[in-house]
Amino acid sequence: MLGRLTDTPARREIVADSLGVGLATGAYGVSFGAIAVTSGFSVAQACALSLLVFTGASQFALVGVVASGGAPMSGAATALMLGSRNTLYGIKLAGLLRVRGLRRICAAQLVIDESTAMALKPEDERDAPLGFFVTGLAVFALWNLATLVGAFAGDALGDPATYGLDAAVPAAFLALLWPRLATTPARVAAVVAALLALALVPATQPGVPVIAAGAVAVVVGLLGREIEEPASDGSHAHGSQADGSQADGSQAAGTADPDEAGRR
Amino acid sequence: MWAAVLVTAAGCYALKLAGLSVPDNVLDRPVVRRIADAIPVTLLAALVAVQALSSGQDLTADARLVGVAAGVVALVLRAPFLVVVAVAAVTTALLRLVS
Repeated sequence: MLGRLTDTPARREIVADSLGVGLATGAYGVSFGAIAVTSGFSVAQACALSLLVFTGASQFALVGVVASGGAPMSGAATALMLGSRNTLYGIKLAGLLRVRGLRRICAAQLVIDESTAMALKPEDERDAPLGFFVTGLAVFALWNLATLVGAFAGDALGDPATYGLDAAVPAAFLALLWPRLATTPARVAAVVAALLALALVPATQPGVPVIAAGAVAVVVGLLGREIEEPASDGSHAHGSQADGSQADGSQAAGTADPDEAGRR
Repeated sequence: MWAAVLVTAAGCYALKLAGLSVPDNVLDRPVVRRIADAIPVTLLAALVAVQALSSGQDLTADARLVGVAAGVVALVLRAPFLVVVAVAAVTTALLRLVS
């Protein structure tokens, strides 16, 4: 099993990166556990949220509404609104993962920011499921373990910001996004989305600006702009071994070696 | 409280499953495919901006932004992923330590 996970350098790198993402974001589970308990949730409820909801923005939203004196059900409504961002991710992941039946039922719980970002990172689309599942499972394991620790120990371990994790997380997402910014439409869309989100920060509740950025994706699609290089698409449709499509990227040299292509 | 926990859990799972369950014939339509390709780019770009530049509903620029900028330098220098992440964390932590 481990052999198959790591049978090429590119796949080994994906596994290592995925575990790193799991560590950096999982650490925030400590904060979640601590905040949930101080907001009036029991340890069991905090752990149930991390196990069953398993999407940080929604969990923090529910706990935040309750902490500020709101009704739990209105907190749930806010959490569900924020959870719609995972629906948007799923639309992209559906084509990348092509999971059916029981695998889809299981994969769905792992659809979060981190697993989506890692699914996008591999140069070779066939490695997308590896990035998705290893990251999803790593974050799931650490997020839940950390929630339990935080729920019992409270803030004893300190704020993740002390360790610079509040910078590590956006830097990680940016690094995963980076290879996707190869085309001009992708760069323009990313900058417009970022500016739109920042403009909405003061006016909307946390979480909304990120979902609103999805409107930029709709505009891109309706305008007929391709975010990805045209040749890189269709490789999953044909499953072709002749992966010349990947070589049409920024540098043609060296990409004949699939291992090299995965290493940035 | 348990009711809110369970409603949130069921709803969030359904939202995740709904995205993964969009049928192939819809996904294969060119407009849908273009939108689907653009979604993670726009959402993750927004997420990075919000995480790097805001606290709650306030726009902020602090040690965190410097750390992310250091991570960008590492990216431009083609550093491996885990190095980029570590550079951002260490830069921010050290800045906070000395300030």
